[in-house]
Amino acid sequence: MTLDFSSLLPYTDQILEGLVTTVWLTVVTTVAGIALAVVVAYVRDGARVRGASLVSRLLGGYVEVIRNTPFIVQLFFLFFGLPALGVPISATVAALIAMILNLGAYTAEILRAGIESTTRGQHEAARALGLSRLQSFRHVVLVPAFSRVYPSLISQCIIVMLGSAVVSQISVFDLTYAANFIQSRNFRGFEVYLVVTAIYLLLAVGLRLVFEFVGRRLFAFRQGGSA
Amino acid sequence: MTDFTTWDIVRNLLLAARWTVVLSLIAFIGGAAVGLVLTLLRMGGLRPVRWLVRGYVDLFQGTPLLMQLFLAYFGAAVLGFDVSAWTAASVALTLFTSAFLCDIWRGCVEAVPSGQWQAARVLGLNYLQSMRHVILPQALRLAVPPTVGFSVQVIKGTALASVIGFVELTKAGTMLNNATFEPFTIFTFVALGYFILCYPLSRYARYLERRLYGAGIR
Repeated sequence: MTLDFSSLLPYTDQILEGLVTTVWLTVVTTVAGIALAVVVAYVRDGARVRGASLVSRLLGGYVEVIRNTPFIVQLFFLFFGLPALGVPISATVAALIAMILNLGAYTAEILRAGIESTTRGQHEAARALGLSRLQSFRHVVLVPAFSRVYPSLISQCIIVMLGSAVVSQISVFDLTYAANFIQSRNFRGFEVYLVVTAIYLLLAVGLRLVFEFVGRRLFAFRQGGSA
Repeated sequence: MTDFTTWDIVRNLLLAARWTVVLSLIAFIGGAAVGLVLTLLRMGGLRPVRWLVRGYVDLFQGTPLLMQLFLAYFGAAVLGFDVSAWTAASVALTLFTSAFLCDIWRGCVEAVPSGQWQAARVLGLNYLQSMRHVILPQALRLAVPPTVGFSVQVIKGTALASVIGFVELTKAGTMLNNATFEPFTIFTFVALGYFILCYPLSRYARYLERRLYGAGIR
């Protein structure tokens, strides 16, 4: 058994290109996915107070379908299925949509858990103080819920970043695609995957540090509080 | 080229779904066995061992499952073994599952109040005896709902074995798609297959969780 990492050196550009793709896919997905989740959580929170509507039921179905099927199948469904229905879609767009829908569903469920622990009395107090439903949702329900479930949210975003390795299977040039590409040229599969796996590990650690930094800023007023 | 009726598609997918189920069971049972040993080591006294287990868990939780599968597949070749997709998928998914279950179960053991430990030790029980008679029975009640919930992740994880050539539900779907060019129908059925396997487990996990809260623990 011999390991030869020097055979990777000519392919630094490919690894960098893949790294850039993985990072920007993750950043866009994190922002858009969390935004989607907030909308879903808002509608479902309304349903909790006023009774289920058709929209809230549909959103509930969306969350369950995403959470109970593999990401790779969701990706294939979008990438192969939409063009067959006459909607042309590029690999990158399919990957992005699949990732956003995925993170959105999981985050909506995480937020729901945080929201349900807000007592009804707080809701009513906010309304009694003259806050609109949107205002009371934002200040009384959403922000405390976020700070409560923030650790789960970090983990979920990391899971989606790691799961994005799968987009290589529809030929998006991400980190994993770069690994497959190099492996097909220099036949040093094990070395390539070892290096790329290490990069993913560093990305996961880095993402967690960034999130923790942002979290300290965002929820600074709650530190040491009862939250 | 032969024509595929909808029934042909469904029949082929059902046949392939067997291997999704078998691989899930292997990964879950193997992962539970390895995960239990890891949990005991993690909770034990030896500091270097605890760190090693923690490193193992962080490693598997911090890297893509797809990479773990590739490494199992290509790593064995480097070591001189000629492994099948079956072996590589079983090993990778077992290790992946063990790391996550170890993390879940550690949390459950830690949730048992430390007074229980002290009481057990004062009564003269050693580490293994306290674990077996006092801590584990209590931790087990807490552990069941998240463990059932994680089984859903295991089933979904087996879909990635398709990438290294293991013919299960997802791989059968891509193969049928190449033969029939009916991606919409096929991947709807594939997704439905996973949903039928996973949704009852998700619901059951949620039911167990509610019942646990109802029982007044925590």
